[in-house]
Formats: sequence, C-alpha cells, structure tokens
Amino acid sequence: MVRIEFNRLRFLVVDDNAHMRRILRTLLHGFGTREVYEAEDGAAGLESFNHFMPDIVLTDWAMPIFDGLELTQMIRQPGANGNPYVPIIMLTGHSEKKRVMAARDAGVTEFLAKPISAKSLYQRIVNVVANPRPFIKTKNYFGPDRRRNVNPNYVGPERRRGGRADVIRQQALMDKAKTPG
Amino acid sequence: MSPKIEKPVVTTYGDYEMILPDNPLRKVVSEVPFGADDNDDPVARAEKALAELSPEFSGWMDEECERLDLARHAVKAKGFVKQTHSDLFHAAHDIKGEAATFGFPAVASAADSLCRLLEHTPDIGKIPLNLVDQHVDAVRAIYREYARSDAKDVAAVLTNRLREVTDDFLVNQNRHRPEYLNGIIGPPLVPADIA
Repeated sequence: MVRIEFNRLRFLVVDDNAHMRRILRTLLHGFGTREVYEAEDGAAGLESFNHFMPDIVLTDWAMPIFDGLELTQMIRQPGANGNPYVPIIMLTGHSEKKRVMAARDAGVTEFLAKPISAKSLYQRIVNVVANPRPFIKTKNYFGPDRRRNVNPNYVGPERRRGGRADVIRQQALMDKAKTPG
Repeated sequence: MSPKIEKPVVTTYGDYEMILPDNPLRKVVSEVPFGADDNDDPVARAEKALAELSPEFSGWMDEECERLDLARHAVKAKGFVKQTHSDLFHAAHDIKGEAATFGFPAVASAADSLCRLLEHTPDIGKIPLNLVDQHVDAVRAIYREYARSDAKDVAAVLTNRLREVTDDFLVNQNRHRPEYLNGIIGPPLVPADIA
C-alpha cells in the first residue's frame, strides 16, 4: 500500500460546469490537497496549465472553445510547454468504446467515467503518481504507453524486442472505464 | 510542489521512441509497511467533505433542470440549429454525469437517453420535438417526485420506454450505416446501475 502526500500536489481542474468543479475541489481538499486551480474551458485550461504548472490535470471532455481532447493534444506537444508528460485524468459522461479509444489516442493518462466517487478518483490519482508509464513518441502519437498488458496470443512482428520496458502491467483502459465510478 | 522536469531517458526503436521521463511526483509517494498502524484514510475524509456539501445538491439539480428546460424551449423557438442542439445536449449530458453524485441516480438514465437521441441522429433537423419534450419532462418529473416511495420504479419504467422508442428511431435513422449502428446499439460500456 502506498501513501500519497496530497498536500504537496498541485491540481488543475478544467470543467465548464461550476457544480462539477466544486465537487472535484471538495474531494481534492478532502484528500489533503491545498493547491487546486480551476478553469472553465479548454482555452483557459491551457493558459492555467502554462501559468500554474500543475502536477496533475483533471479535465472534462465536453467543453466550449476547445474540449478536453483538444486540451490534451495541446499539452502533449513536446517542446511547446513546460511539462508535456503531466498526468491527465479525463472525467467524462462519455463512456462508449470509441470515446475511450479516442481519449487514449489523444494521450490521456487515465479515464474516469462519471458519476465519480471519492474512491474512484483517489485510485486514478494514486495510479498516475505511483505507477507512471513510459511515454511513446511516433510519427503521429506522443503520450503514455498505450500497451498496458501482454497478449499471449499475439501474432505478428514484435517491435519492442530487447527494451527493458517491454511489459507494462496495468489494467486496460477499457476495463477501467467499466469499473463503477 | 513545482515539477522540475529532468532530461528524459530516450530509447529509440524501429519507428518510435520510448521515453522514460523523470517522475518528480515520486517524492510524494511512500510505502506503508504491511501491518502498520495507519489510520489515515483520505477517501473517508473526501467522502465526509462531500457529505458536508450535499445540502446544496438539490439546489444544484434545480438549476440543472431549469437549464435543460430553457434549452428545450430554445429548440422549440429556433428549431434545431448547431447552437440550440449543443446547448440541449450539454444540459442533458451534465445531468447524466452529475445526477448520481447529487443523490438522484434515477434521473441520469432519462438524461442519457436524451443524449443518445441528440448525438446519434445524423440529421438534427429530423429529431422529433415530441420525443425531446417527453425526455425533458421525464427528467424533471423524476427529479421532482424523487421523494415518493415508488419513484425509482416509475422512473425505471418511464426511462426504459423512452430508451426503446429512442433506439427504434435511431435504428431507423442510421439504417444506411450499419457499422455506426453497431457501435451505438447494445449494452453501454458502463454498468447499467451507474449509467
């Protein structure tokens, strides 16, 4: 079991709904966090991200100006801002398979389907803090490694032979999305 | 804490790089030895804080239902255009996501059905206004009557019927694109009791 010193973590909450921001702020303060910054759309979220340099970003998907997916893509631009590796937890009412895959492919670190609970939010935070994944950079992707487990029935070329981080054992994002919030 | 990003370790493979960035957050993690007397429970603290906030939740639901109603009236006044469609969808989507947290989980399913109707109808001009009305009225009625002893049962019957009618409509409207249809008809990814 691990213990997280939440009082040393700085969060940015990006959500256009004031009620949900209040809920998240309450939960984070309950965990022990002192510094919680808020933004009500993707554009303000990016500005706050660059200004406050949060340790963890919590973002909604559906927002005005640009949404949580676009915000994630803008943060995951190597060289464009201070910390493209920042953990991003997407909280959303969208739970369909194609949505989860789109969030993963944009570079989201964790996905949390609403309704949220203190326990589910805590688990996602502990995971991104205690079990960070390597990042992968390809021609068209930059973000956390999307492989979380090994498929023993995989047939095809092995593109990661010899690397020390071949296997990243974590619950698949799809399975986690199915977990009650 | 202020993250200081050290230079990451980069390993190059065929057509991609694996990057092991410095993890400044590891400084806030400590192992709790097995059997240690650890009374600290951050989840319980957060749940307590949320419970203290809960007297505000019914007022917040009032506001969300009012917002949904206003969005419905805008649709009826101006028709389905990009803005009215978006406003109605986001009002329903927020209720879907918040209702359970606010203590009204039975409201979420009707809002979810409305979201599906709005999101998956390919031509927004063909979304039936009477079906929109029925959804909005159902959301408001379920919330308004939540204290009744049979509220959840009535809500389930009402919501299931709305979902059936909506799915029939969506099947018809998407009959020319079976792959899309397969992605939207069927059990939701999230378990039914929280969807």
